[in-house]
Amino acid sequence: MKAIASGLLLIICFVLQSTLFAQFNIGGILPNLILILTASIGFRVGRKNGLIVGFIAGLLADIFFGNVLGLYAFVYMYLGFMNGSFKRVLLQGDYKLPMLLIAVSDVVYGHIMYILKFLMRGDFHYLYYLRSIMLPELIYTTVMALALFPLINLIFNLIEKWEKLLEGEEEFE
Amino acid sequence: MSPLVKKKKKRIKIPTMYWLFVLSLVCVILMILSFNTDIVMTPLNYAGGYTIVPFQKGLTNVGNYLIEQTERFKKLEDVIAENEELKKQVDELSKDNTILQQDKYELTKLRELYELDAEYEEYDKIGARIISRESDNWYANFVIDKGSNDGIQVDCNVIAGSGLVGRVTEVGPNYAKVVSIISDNVNTSGMILATGDILMVSGSLEGMNKRGTIDFSQLNDDNDVVQTGDKIVTSNISDKYLQGILIGYVDHISTDSNNLTKSGDLIPVVDFKHLEEVLVITTLKNNPQ
Repeated sequence: MKAIASGLLLIICFVLQSTLFAQFNIGGILPNLILILTASIGFRVGRKNGLIVGFIAGLLADIFFGNVLGLYAFVYMYLGFMNGSFKRVLLQGDYKLPMLLIAVSDVVYGHIMYILKFLMRGDFHYLYYLRSIMLPELIYTTVMALALFPLINLIFNLIEKWEKLLEGEEEFE
Repeated sequence: MSPLVKKKKKRIKIPTMYWLFVLSLVCVILMILSFNTDIVMTPLNYAGGYTIVPFQKGLTNVGNYLIEQTERFKKLEDVIAENEELKKQVDELSKDNTILQQDKYELTKLRELYELDAEYEEYDKIGARIISRESDNWYANFVIDKGSNDGIQVDCNVIAGSGLVGRVTEVGPNYAKVVSIISDNVNTSGMILATGDILMVSGSLEGMNKRGTIDFSQLNDDNDVVQTGDKIVTSNISDKYLQGILIGYVDHISTDSNNLTKSGDLIPVVDFKHLEEVLVITTLKNNPQ
């Protein structure tokens, strides 16, 4: 059940990000929805789900936009996994820690992308990329996360409730 | 009934660390494979083409519709003023056109004389719509809604309006991935139209963001003829791009510290921010049909 929901959310986020959000970008910057989703599923559901969702999300990005297959998959997978490690300390109804985690994930993602795609080619304008790409993306992503995470949380709460209900009925029989 | 249900619930649990390890391994193998071959890419392209692309097509249409609607609310006065201006332009252009047609007639006659006809023949083109853009902020690549079913191949040149957009790097059955010349990791071989000097055009994220320009370098211009405003077209020595497609105009030019070559930046003719439809040239440079 959770797997189906995760898959659907993933497709929706990926398609939205590469079409509508890319068309209506703000100053050329788009929010990283699939990162929000990967991180959220990570610390909401667990490490395993986080890393699998991250892997599939990255693979999609690889197929459509990457030059090397598996690179995005690798990065997103580890981000999902790392976020999953925080499941234990996350309290239900607390939105400060999730936002912080998503923000940190986005900064980490930005730096990895800068290192792999620009620094490796000898481009040392780090401060420029920090100011004009990473920070705007961080702000936009965090703002989107404020709206998206409660929604994801709600969906998984409902699913958990429903699953419990089903289990209860079976035991009753 | 109940034993069946119980059996279903007893799933083999694979520890998370195994998942991580196995999937990491898969990633590394995929990277190595995709560096050397395209064995994995083709089936994945098909899978992606038939699952994600239809959604992207639909949503892009929705997005285009919304943009159209918002643009409709533009002030009518603007449109009227623009219309008048355009009418003037049409007059001027039709005047120019007749002159050009005369020139063209002359040109074809001259070409026949010089037997250069084949070199400048018209290429076959098909139109395509951009259905999705790169999902992060670092490069400016995109996906179009035509693929191998429509005769598009890898390395087909992509143009919009009169200028070069980029080239196709991957083809699925119903979509194709286009790498644009402004992407930071892309180099294009170009030349100055007036002098025929070869130079290297390289995409630049920083330049595009700050000034709307991309860089060029390695220009040999001993006599200092090249100046701001000169046209840069694709070169005759490029093995991917057809010769003579307009890339842009020289913006700044400066001599390198080695005193031999020059570099600077150029303004691309294509408006990459508002790109919606592109033309794909189905003729490849290597095997002109």
